[in-house]
Amino acid sequence: MSGDSFVRVEEVSFSYGDRPVLREINLSIPRGRVVAIMGGSGCGKTTLLRLIAGQLRPSSGRIKVAGEEVGKMRQNELYALRKRMGMLFQFGALFTDLSVFDNVAFPLREHTDLSEALIRDLVLMKLQAVGLRGAWNLTPNALSGGMARRVALARAVALDPALIMYDEPFTGLDPISLGVIGQLIRRLNDALGATSIMVTHDVQESLLMVDYIYFISEGSVVAEGTPEEIRVSRDPFVEQFVCAKADGPVSYHFPAPDMAIDFGMAAL
Amino acid sequence: MTRLAVVFAAVFRRIGRETIDRVWRLGYASRFFLALLCRSGAVCARHRLLFREVWFSGVLSLIIILVSGLFVGLVLGLQGYEILQRYGSAQALGTMVALSLLRELGPVVAALLFASRAGSAITAEIGLMKTTEQLKAMDMMAVDPVARVVAPRFWGGVISMPLLAALFSAMGIFGGWLIGVVLIGVDDGAFWSSMQASVDFRHDVWNGLVKSFIFGAAVSLIAVFEGYDAEPTAEGVSHAITRTVVTSALAILALDFVLTSFMFRGVS
Repeated sequence: MSGDSFVRVEEVSFSYGDRPVLREINLSIPRGRVVAIMGGSGCGKTTLLRLIAGQLRPSSGRIKVAGEEVGKMRQNELYALRKRMGMLFQFGALFTDLSVFDNVAFPLREHTDLSEALIRDLVLMKLQAVGLRGAWNLTPNALSGGMARRVALARAVALDPALIMYDEPFTGLDPISLGVIGQLIRRLNDALGATSIMVTHDVQESLLMVDYIYFISEGSVVAEGTPEEIRVSRDPFVEQFVCAKADGPVSYHFPAPDMAIDFGMAAL
Repeated sequence: MTRLAVVFAAVFRRIGRETIDRVWRLGYASRFFLALLCRSGAVCARHRLLFREVWFSGVLSLIIILVSGLFVGLVLGLQGYEILQRYGSAQALGTMVALSLLRELGPVVAALLFASRAGSAITAEIGLMKTTEQLKAMDMMAVDPVARVVAPRFWGGVISMPLLAALFSAMGIFGGWLIGVVLIGVDDGAFWSSMQASVDFRHDVWNGLVKSFIFGAAVSLIAVFEGYDAEPTAEGVSHAITRTVVTSALAILALDFVLTSFMFRGVS
C-alpha cells in the first residue's frame, strides 16, 4: 500500500528468548485509515503493537511512527510520542481504584494543566461519545465487559491521539456490543482525524469497518488487501480465515510428536 | 563411582544456579531501588498521592498497632513486676517497660505487624495492577508506573513506620502502667520518676526512631519490589505476598541485630 504512511514497519524481527515471534515483517499504515492486523492466536499480533508503542524493542529492523524511529528512542522521547498515541487493551485495563470519571480524566490530569472545570467538560464529552456519560460515577468493577471497554476507549482518546491502537477490541463481547465497538472505532477515527491499528481475529466484523487488512502467520505478512479484495481472494490462508475452516495452511494442532508414540502404540 | 560423580555434579550445579539466581535478584532489587529513588521527585510535588498512601498504610494500621501495643505492655508489666520484685526493685518497673519498648519491642514488633498488615496489601495491590495490565496501560499513557504507583507507596510506608512504632511504644508504656500501678499497686511516682531518670532521649528514644525508620524503608522496599516483580498470575501474586511477609520478617530481625550491636554496644 503506497501513499503517506503514518507507521512503517521495515524488516522487523523479534523473539522472546530463543522463540522467534516476528520474522522480517514489513507493513505500513497510511495516515487517517483504519487498518486491521489479523492472524491466529499467538502469531505475534499483540507483540507488533507493543513494538510500535516502544514497549518492546525489535531484535532487528526499523519501526517508524510519524517519521521517527521508535526502537532507538530514550524514555522521555518515547513518552513524548506516547502522549500522541492511545491504546485500548484487550480487557480494558481500567484503574480499579479510580471511578469511571477519574479513569478518563487520568491522562488529562497527568499531562495537561487544564482546570478541573474544563477537565470535567472534556471527560463528559468523551464519555458521551462512547454512550456512557450517565455512568461517570460508577467504579470499574460495576461495569460489564463491553462497558469497561468503552470506558477504556474514552480514556484512550482523552488526549485526542494521532494514532489509536486496539488490542483485540472484539474479544468476549456479545453481538450488540461488538457492533457498537466496531462503529465507535470507525467514528472516532474519522472524527479525530486519527490513524487506527486494530489487532483482531474477528474477520466478519473487521471486513465491515476497516480500510485495509494484513494477515499475519508465523511472524510475517502472508496476505493483504482492502475488504473487497479479501472477500474475493482465492488465497488459501485468507479463505481459511474468512470461512473459518479448521483445516488449511493454519494447522489446528499445536506441534506434537507422532500420536502413535504418545498413546504408546508405536510398538504394536 | 561415575553415578556418584553425576549426582555430585548435579548438586553443585543446583547450588551454583540458586546462588546466581539469588545474587541476580539482589542486584535487580538494588537497581529497582535506585530507579525508585531517582523518580521520587514527583512524590514531593504531588503530596496528595503521598497522603493517600500514608492513610492506607499508616492510618488504617492504627487499630492493630494500638491494640497490640497495649497487650505487649500489659504482658511486660506482669512479667517485669514478677521478675523485679524477686530482687526487691519493683519500683524500677517503669524503667524496664519503657526501655524494652523504646529500644526493641516498639520498633521490631510494630515493623512485623506493619509488614503483615500494610506490606502485604501493597504487594497485593501492585501485583494485581500488574496482572490486570494497569501498569502497562499507565506506561502506554506516558505515565511512569514507578513514579506514579511505586514511589508514593514506598514513601508512604517510610513515613508511617516511625509514627506507628512511637504510638506502639506509647501504648505499651500505658499498658505497663495499667498493670503495674493500677492493678498491682507499684508506687505511681516511682514508676514515672525511675523512667524519667533512666530513659535518655538521644540514646533510647532517638535510636528507637532510627531503627523504625530503617525497618520502614526495608519493609516498604520489599513490599513494592515483590509486587512490581510478581509474576502476572493469581499464583504469582500469592507467592509474592508470601515472600513479602517472610522476607520482611527476616530482614527486620537481622537488621535489628546489626543496628542494636552498633547502637547499644558497651553501654551500661
